[in-house]
Amino acid sequence: MAIDWISKLRHLLQTLAFCLAVSAIQLVFLPDRPWQGPVAYSLANGVIAWAVIDFGRLLFPSDTGWPRGWRGVGLVVLGILMGHLLGNAVGDYLCRVNGWYPRNGAVQMQLGTTLLITALAGIVVTYYFYSQNKSAWLLRQMGEAQRHASEARLKLLETQLEPHMLFNTLANLRVLIASDAPRAQQMLDHMIAYLRATLAASRGTTHSLQAEFDRLRDYLELMAVRMGPRLAYTLDLPAELAGQPVPTLLLQPLVENAIQHGLEPVIAGGRITVTARADGATLELEVADSGAGLSTAPDTATGFGLAQVRERLATLYGSQGAIKVIAKEHAGTRALVTFPLKA
Amino acid sequence: MSPDSPTALIAEDEPLLAQALAAELARAWPQLRILASVGDGASAVVQALALRPEVLFFDIRMPGQGGLDAAADLAEAWPDGTAFPALVFVTAYDQYAVQAFEAQALDYLLKPVQPARLERTVARVQALLAERATDASGGAATLEQLRLLVAQAQPAAAAAPLRVIQASVGSSIRMVPIDEVLAFETADNYVRVLTAGHAYLIRTPLKDLLPQLEGGVFWQVHRGTVVRAGAIDSVLRDEAGKLSLVVRGRSEKFAVSRLHAGLFRAM
Repeated sequence: MAIDWISKLRHLLQTLAFCLAVSAIQLVFLPDRPWQGPVAYSLANGVIAWAVIDFGRLLFPSDTGWPRGWRGVGLVVLGILMGHLLGNAVGDYLCRVNGWYPRNGAVQMQLGTTLLITALAGIVVTYYFYSQNKSAWLLRQMGEAQRHASEARLKLLETQLEPHMLFNTLANLRVLIASDAPRAQQMLDHMIAYLRATLAASRGTTHSLQAEFDRLRDYLELMAVRMGPRLAYTLDLPAELAGQPVPTLLLQPLVENAIQHGLEPVIAGGRITVTARADGATLELEVADSGAGLSTAPDTATGFGLAQVRERLATLYGSQGAIKVIAKEHAGTRALVTFPLKA
Repeated sequence: MSPDSPTALIAEDEPLLAQALAAELARAWPQLRILASVGDGASAVVQALALRPEVLFFDIRMPGQGGLDAAADLAEAWPDGTAFPALVFVTAYDQYAVQAFEAQALDYLLKPVQPARLERTVARVQALLAERATDASGGAATLEQLRLLVAQAQPAAAAAPLRVIQASVGSSIRMVPIDEVLAFETADNYVRVLTAGHAYLIRTPLKDLLPQLEGGVFWQVHRGTVVRAGAIDSVLRDEAGKLSLVVRGRSEKFAVSRLHAGLFRAM
């Protein structure tokens, strides 16, 4: 394990400062004693306790950098005891060699008092380091969560602006400009509307079901130019449902899956049908294709699109939103999205 | 147009792009005759074998079989004694493939096709055809390039190699340690996992399995066959020049395809 020596040094210096503060307080209460004694005791106690605790926790690696449960408490108790026993021995040795004990021999501090001081100081310093460590950890966690969210948004954008789709569309456009300018213009308009919606979707907005179906038409028109007679499609939106709000481009990954995994493997192509209907208080949106079915595509192939639709549904509607995928071998796939109708 | 003018086949599933490529080629290489234009990989193989063009333009993503697989199939089926066509791949965006092309010196075109870039490709193909006219051995090099290309165009290997194959046997899952596996063999929609004395069926396609196998331990010897290199006992050549190999612990013979025959040369 790599040891972060800089942070260890910082901890040591902070510990030393705290020890000096403790011995300063002792001096205030016992001003007639030589100052070196309490300083030596305090530093020896503190440094040993620090070393035991700060290096000891390396033996119990965890995400937070602090041993979990009783191990954490045990380490602190061990550190304080070691600091007390070894530290007192070292302090005693230094005082005797250098003659720092009071000459009249009046007061050797009570064993209980020094233990109490070491314990209190140890707990305070440990708590200080612990909370500092914890807030650093929480900050790291927050940063990671933020990065995760932006990554998900980027990935959504990436799938909707799939480079293969983009460059093939541009290649078709390039051909049409020379051969059929009005059709090129139409295609460009579809593309502009689709790109605009894609950017809106990555910001997580909602729009009307009418707008959703218009954007699906844009996408399908772009694909129809590319695929020629291999792609036929039907969009069925009852007028009374046109105003219902729906997350922007919610159905687009499903239509894309239908093309990529349903129609692409089939040389003759097929038909895609998108239908909206009301079932009681529930809105039902269905994307069906007449393609290959999921016979060969395992969950991983369709994974991101589906996972992303499921996630958006869960965020907006909780347990009231659902997605179901029904695949028959060689008989197409149906994806069914349901969530509550807005009154 | 003279009958011995160069000939080409275009395989591209998007009709507008196929027309456009033909039109651009007519400008950049007026002598080139386009024999056929097809929309999927399987038709490309059939038509190429029937028409024997000298140049192939293959889109990488096509319905059913893609351009890389079609090229590999075509290489298997291509008759001995005739030079393999000059191969140009066309793609809108395939990172892995483009990197592989760079390495293998087979030419490729990015869509939308730019006239200046197409002219460079035409010049390269013309040079290749001229070289072949004077040197009959051409073709072997193309096969070798193609083999490396197909191998390289696979996505990068998985971080952790597969340790255990989970095969369902009736209602239970049998855990087969990878060290016991001698070969993988495609059978219809399944892959047969062969150990000494046993065979299991799994549904994971060979294509998805390959990147999860530890590099160098298993060799692909055929489009549908991967064998444990250390278990290969001997390689045999029949009268027609076709290779097959025997694996220790299995009684059957495994065919070695022409594309992978380069693996087996005496040292």
